[in-house]
Amino acid sequence: MAALNGAVENGQPDKKVPPLPRPLRSLEVKYTKIFINNEWHESTSGKKFPTYNPSTLEKICDIEEGDKPDVDNAVEAARAAFQRGSPWRQMDAPSRGRLLHKLADLLERDRVILATLETMDTGKPFLQAYFIDLEGCIKTLRYYAGWADKIQGRTIPVDENFVCFTRHEPMGVCGAITPWNFPLLMLVWKMAPALCCGNTLVIKPAEQTPLTSLYVGSLIKEVGFPPGVVNIVPGYGPTAGAAISTHDSIDKIAFTGSTKVGKLIKEAASKSNLKRVTLELGGKNPCIVCADADLDLAVECAHQGVFFNQGQCCTAASRVFVEEQIYPEFVKRSVEFAKKRLVGDPFDARTEQGPQIDQKQFDKILELIESGKKEGAKLECGGLAIEDRGLFIKPTVFSEVTDNMRIAREEIFGPVQPIMKFKSIEEVIRRANSTEYGLTAAVFTKNLDIALTLASALQSGTVWINCYNALYAQAPFGGFKMSGNGREL
Amino acid sequence: MKKQRSDSNPAPVMPALPEPLKDLKIKYTKVIVDHVSVFLFPPQADVDKAVEAARKAFELGSTWRTMDASERGRLLNKLADLVERDRLILATMETIDGGKLFSTAYLMDLGAGIKTLRYCAGWADKIHGRTVPMDGNFFTFTRHEPIGVCGQIIPWNFPLVMFIWKIAPALCCGNTVVVKPAEQTPLSALYMGSLIKEAGFPPGVVNIVPGFGPTAGAAISHHMDIDKVAFTGSTEVGKLIKEAAGKSNLKRVTLELGGKSPNIIFADADLDAAVEFAHIGLFYHQGQCCIAGSRIFVEEPIYDEFVRRSIERVKKYTLGDPLKPGVQQGPQIDKEQYKKILELIESGKKEGAKLECGGGPWGDKGYFIQPTVFSNVTDDMRIAKEEIFGPVQQIMKFKTIDEVIKRANNTTYGLAAAVFTKDIDKALTFAAALQAGTVWVNCYSALSAQCPFGGFKMSGNGREM
Repeated sequence: MAALNGAVENGQPDKKVPPLPRPLRSLEVKYTKIFINNEWHESTSGKKFPTYNPSTLEKICDIEEGDKPDVDNAVEAARAAFQRGSPWRQMDAPSRGRLLHKLADLLERDRVILATLETMDTGKPFLQAYFIDLEGCIKTLRYYAGWADKIQGRTIPVDENFVCFTRHEPMGVCGAITPWNFPLLMLVWKMAPALCCGNTLVIKPAEQTPLTSLYVGSLIKEVGFPPGVVNIVPGYGPTAGAAISTHDSIDKIAFTGSTKVGKLIKEAASKSNLKRVTLELGGKNPCIVCADADLDLAVECAHQGVFFNQGQCCTAASRVFVEEQIYPEFVKRSVEFAKKRLVGDPFDARTEQGPQIDQKQFDKILELIESGKKEGAKLECGGLAIEDRGLFIKPTVFSEVTDNMRIAREEIFGPVQPIMKFKSIEEVIRRANSTEYGLTAAVFTKNLDIALTLASALQSGTVWINCYNALYAQAPFGGFKMSGNGREL
Repeated sequence: MKKQRSDSNPAPVMPALPEPLKDLKIKYTKVIVDHVSVFLFPPQADVDKAVEAARKAFELGSTWRTMDASERGRLLNKLADLVERDRLILATMETIDGGKLFSTAYLMDLGAGIKTLRYCAGWADKIHGRTVPMDGNFFTFTRHEPIGVCGQIIPWNFPLVMFIWKIAPALCCGNTVVVKPAEQTPLSALYMGSLIKEAGFPPGVVNIVPGFGPTAGAAISHHMDIDKVAFTGSTEVGKLIKEAAGKSNLKRVTLELGGKSPNIIFADADLDAAVEFAHIGLFYHQGQCCIAGSRIFVEEPIYDEFVRRSIERVKKYTLGDPLKPGVQQGPQIDKEQYKKILELIESGKKEGAKLECGGGPWGDKGYFIQPTVFSNVTDDMRIAKEEIFGPVQQIMKFKTIDEVIKRANNTTYGLAAAVFTKDIDKALTFAAALQAGTVWVNCYSALSAQCPFGGFKMSGNGREM
């Protein structure tokens, strides 16, 4: 079901609904150092950096700040772990799979701890962290555990008397830079496929949200991955991140984040050693609602599609195109939904929306909201911060939005829903595609022909029909155009 | 080919071998349909009931049909956990029921069973179809759908492993099954029934009907509401199954049948390794393997030495109770097999092969046969042509590559084959030239969950794993 963003469990007969999990109130943060060779290290420079709770604006703790020398150490460890004849290289493929399964078991065991840490660090509602983020992590790990011994090459009948076969070999040392919107889930999306195929990793989690990644370091050690297979270096983009993208002994870099930084990474990769690059970047994703759609479903999906995770999703449905005939009704119902949306303490079980991640994002969102007002969009509700509440922004709906407005062109990454009108299918295809982004798109209609036409016409990596944010470990994910290079999962 | 591993390789650790259970109580002796044990009715009626349950569990909209593919995988992994938990029980049971050496049952049979379950668990949500750009303005895609109700007939030589080789791929893809274990060895299959229930498979997904071939087995192969039959056993019965399938409802048929697998040893081979692999390749599990390397072709220059070392290898054997440690060979499965093997041994003597050792029964109780080696065997002898399925090793001589290829392929069977040589050209030539489903180079019996397995010609149709 789209509304729950894919978190429904099924398959078990006579299942009783378990009680809701509760967060750990006085959780002590145990892991704050750099993780290399299954050991915890202080930074070479001696520097530390703080990580904050965006709900309370209080500092949670200080983290060792990694920079180039630490990245160099991590790469050295990862390279040694990848040497021919090493325990990791010699391990048989199903055993790699078993390790990934065990890691999934440990995430299940420590699910409440991890969900609590994630909420502390990101401000996302605890129940969402528990049921959506952690669920995605566990299932992704188990999915890749199953692939480990099924990466097959082929034998090929070439001309003349040759035996020819392909082997699919691990790339080597992979650098991974993960974002702050889904810290743990994005870590798992990077780690699971890489480890499944036998690579080793140097990971730099986002500086805003290092806690869950470092906790996973302790689980990697507990599960029994050989030292050096997974290394985690917290730090900042221009220092630790750049050290990874320019490194001469890293074979591939995978980055999830903004398009702006993605371009820098690809450039750095070319300038250094032509390391392979995959990028998961931003989006300005069209959500097209036709007059024949199931209106309730479309309103709810579009709502969750843009407001989920405080609007901080690369898949955010941030351009809603509604067919003329149903436009006023759609706007009316969307405003109702937005007004009902509960904003507050993410540890409260009733909360649907927490704070934005930091001041920089908060300021940018408010600036874009102002531009919407200034450029003539109609503010239907919200449109400002919640007074005296730090980084909380009221769920905001704009109607009468036109394509030239900044809120229709730029990625907002906040709880702002721009709703525009369209007349014909050909028109909406053209408008939906006229963006440099191309990550996801959605179509709401009961008409089979329209659905299939739009599925091929839209220049997006994923097109959802009558649903939103249906993301599962089994299906590949990634963008067209400047939303990214390559596919994850 | 067998790869050399470095010394620093942490090879998968074998579990320590425990003692078998004394006084193992057999709890499960009934027909299992829909998670419910029923008393034995006439076999046709039991099979009908089982098929009905399996068909119902397969209905569109049923729990099994609407279950996420990844959840099917979870159930298979859970089953693997339970088999691991009850490893000792199952290994003891296999030994008592099948005469298999306990150490082999515990380490090899149970190990392979668990690994296969986990391997297939991983495939469950990775069975991809494709989208296809066909001519015309069409949207086209393939879906790989479960076949439906699968009848599966299991042999007595590896009861548990063969049970798992059948159910794991079938369940992974969403089928429902009606399983008939061999009448000689029903115990581990029935125990698995209890684990399947414990793991949480919906009722009707797995049904187990113990019974005899001509009754329960035939009921399956003739059934009008079974979509596919998978059979492992003799070529003779395999033909009956395929015929029945044709006569009834054209159900799909896969067969894993017999073999008379050639094992070819060149003069440049590592002789010690060749002797050892040839030995295990034939004598494993009292010679009762479809892949038994029962025609050993040795290049003339090393023939005498090979024969000498093979005899030595066998002479050290202790026969006895397979539950006891220190025993290398247990009994044959039953009187029928016992008599057939002895008869073939006699034919070997009569037709002029040289009996190097063994050649008759052992002990005064049970179906034990002395490990037997024949040399100077020629291709026209019965022991060189017919599947013996007993501890009888045939060693023949060859001169040239072309000759041995021709002789190795000169059989209606084609399950497995092996070649021992250090020469890469010879190895690759044989890999292509031998008409066998699996060709081993410098090893024997290397089987793993990840590799497909099955025969050419009359050794079978289709592939398992």
